[in-house]
Amino acid sequence: MQSRSWLMRPFGERSTLIFLGVLLATMALVTLLHVAVPAGHPLYVSAYTVNLFGKYLSYALLAVAVDLVWGYLGILSLGHGAFFALGGYAMGMYLMRQIGDRGVYGHPVLPDFMVFLNWDSLPWYWHGFDMAGFAFLMVLLIPGALALMFGFLAFRSRVTGVYLSIITQALTFALMLAFFRNEMGFGGNNGLTDFREILGFNLRSSDTRLGLFLATGVALALGYVLCRAIVTSKLGRVCVATRDAEARTRFLGYRVERFQLFVFVVSAMLAGLAGALYVPQVGIINPSEFSPLFSIEIVLWVALGGRATLYGAVIGAILVNYAKTVFTGVMPDAWLFALGGLFVLVTVFLPRGVAGLLALRLRRRGDSDASLSAKEAAA
Amino acid sequence: MSFLRSLASRDRVFDFLVPVESPVDVRHGPILYLEDVTVSFDGFKAINDLNLTIDDGELRCIIGPNGAGKTTMMDIITGKTQPDSGKVWFGSRHDLLTMNEPQIASLGIGRKFQKPTVFEALTVFENLELAMAADKRILPTLTARMNGEIRDRIDEVLLTIGLAELRGRRAGILSHGQKQWLEIGMLLMQRPRLLLVDEPVAGMTEQEMERTAELLTGLAGKQSVVVVEHDMGFVRSIARKVTVLHQGGVLAEGSMDQVSSDPRVVEVYLGAEAEEEAV
Repeated sequence: MQSRSWLMRPFGERSTLIFLGVLLATMALVTLLHVAVPAGHPLYVSAYTVNLFGKYLSYALLAVAVDLVWGYLGILSLGHGAFFALGGYAMGMYLMRQIGDRGVYGHPVLPDFMVFLNWDSLPWYWHGFDMAGFAFLMVLLIPGALALMFGFLAFRSRVTGVYLSIITQALTFALMLAFFRNEMGFGGNNGLTDFREILGFNLRSSDTRLGLFLATGVALALGYVLCRAIVTSKLGRVCVATRDAEARTRFLGYRVERFQLFVFVVSAMLAGLAGALYVPQVGIINPSEFSPLFSIEIVLWVALGGRATLYGAVIGAILVNYAKTVFTGVMPDAWLFALGGLFVLVTVFLPRGVAGLLALRLRRRGDSDASLSAKEAAA
Repeated sequence: MSFLRSLASRDRVFDFLVPVESPVDVRHGPILYLEDVTVSFDGFKAINDLNLTIDDGELRCIIGPNGAGKTTMMDIITGKTQPDSGKVWFGSRHDLLTMNEPQIASLGIGRKFQKPTVFEALTVFENLELAMAADKRILPTLTARMNGEIRDRIDEVLLTIGLAELRGRRAGILSHGQKQWLEIGMLLMQRPRLLLVDEPVAGMTEQEMERTAELLTGLAGKQSVVVVEHDMGFVRSIARKVTVLHQGGVLAEGSMDQVSSDPRVVEVYLGAEAEEEAV
C-alpha cells in the first residue's frame, strides 16, 4: 500500500471506500427522492430538507478540518470558526456583488449597507469580488494566509497545548469584535445577506439548492480524501509522532514547527471552503460565526464522533447538528443542556466517540484495519 | 582569535575548505577524543580536566558514582553543553565544539537517553521508518514512498534489535526492555558512527539484560559504542574496557578486573557500593 503515490493511497483503504460509498449513495438517494418523488408523498425530500443536509455536509467538512489538526497533530484549535467565517465572508462578498443594482437602494455597485452608511465608493478590499474566480480563490487564500501568519508566530515560539487553544479562542473573539464594527465594511452586526444568485443561478430555486448540496458533498469527499492522503503518508506519521512526543520528533531531525504550520494551513483552507459552501445555503453570514462558542461546538462534534479517524468527525458533525435541529424545534432552551449532557455521556462511556464504537464492532469480527488500530492511540 | 590560530597552524588546511559534513576521519584510530575538558556550573566543576579516547569500533563502559560527571560528559559530546576549556574531536577532522546539536547528530553521533521515548501510537516498523536518515522537509515527507531498499534497511535493524516479529504492533504495547531496544534501533536507522547509551538496563529483567548485552556487543565493531551504566554485573558481562569517572575526571581505565582491583576505585566507588549493599 505504501508504494502507491500519496494521493492515491486513501483509495486502497477500506474505511475510505466505505465512507465515499455511503456519502455518494446518500447524495444520489436525496437527489432521487427530491426530483423523482412527487411532493406530498411520504418519501419526498423537500427543498428545505435538501438545504438542511447541505448545511450538515458543510459542517462535516469543517469538522474534518478540525480533526486533521486536533486528532492527528494534537493542536486543539478553539478558533476554527474564524477560518470558516472568513471563507464564508469571502463568498458573501461575491454574492453581495452579484446583487448588482437590484438592492433596496438600487445602487449599481455599492451593497445596500454601504449606501445606508453614506459611503460613496467601494473600499479597496471589496474590489475583485465581483469575479467568481477571484472570490473563490480568496475563499481559500484568506483563511490560509491568516493561518500562515498566526501559525508561524505561534509554532515558531513553540506555543502548544492549552496556551495555543486559548490564543486561537482569542483570535476568533477579536475577529468577531472587529467584524461587528460597521467601519470594517462587512455589514456590521447584520453581516451580509439578501443574496440573489450564484454563478447566475437563482439562490431561491430548489434546483440551485440541490446543486449546492451536491457541490458540498463533492467538496466533503475531496476534502476527506485529501486529509486521508495526508494522514496515511509519512508526513501523517510525523504528525502523530509530534502529537505524542514533540521533543523526540524534533530530535530525529524533523522541523516540527514547519509540519505543524503546513497542516494547520491546509486545515484552515478546508474550513474556509466549508464556510463558503455554508453561506449560500443559509443565505447569510454575520459575525456570530466568529463567536468562541461556535468554535467550541465544532470541537464537541469531533469529540463526539471520535478523534483521529476523520470519518468520526463527519458522523459527529451530522449527528449533533441533526439533534440540534430537532431539539431547537421542540425545546429551544434545553439545547445547550442537551449538548452538554451528550458530551459528558460520550466522554464517560465512549471515550473514543461514536467511531470508537464502530471500530469495536469491526474488531470483534476479527478485523485488523490499520487505520482503526492507529486510532486507539488517540484515546 | 581561535580562527586566527587555525590560519596559522601549518598541519591543517583552512577550516572553511573542509566541508563540515565530510566523512569522519578515523585513520589515526580514535573516533572520539576529549582533551583537558573542564566545565563548571556556578563554580562547581562538573568535569575537571577530563581526558578520554574512544577507538573506532570499540565498546566502552563508563562507570562512576552519582555526580561523577557522566551525563555532563555526554552533554558535551552531543553539543548540549559547551565546556569552559578543552578539546573535543570526532575523528581527526571534526571539532565538535564548533558545532550545534543537529550538526553533531547528522555527523553520526546518536544518543540514547535513559528514559525510552518511542512513538507509542505508531507501529514498531513506523517508528524505525521515521527515524531513518532521509530528506526530512515537508514535501518529500508527504510524497515519500516505501521501496525495497528502505524496507530492507528496516528489516535489517528489526533483526538486529530482535523485534522482527513485533514489527506490526504498536510501540505502546511493548515492554520496557523492548522499548529500549526499539529506541536503539531508531538510533541505528540513522547509521551512526558512535552510539552513546545512557543506562540501558535500568529497570530491566535478568533476561532482558542478557539480550541487551548481546545487542550491544553485537553492535560494537560496526560502530563505536559508549555505555554509561550503574549495574556492575551488566558492565562486567559486556565490557572489554572500562573507564571509571570520579569528580569530573578519569580515575582509572582498563579491563574490568584491573579497575575493580584498583584500590582507589574500590575506595570511591565499588567500596561505597559494597557498603550500601552491606546496609
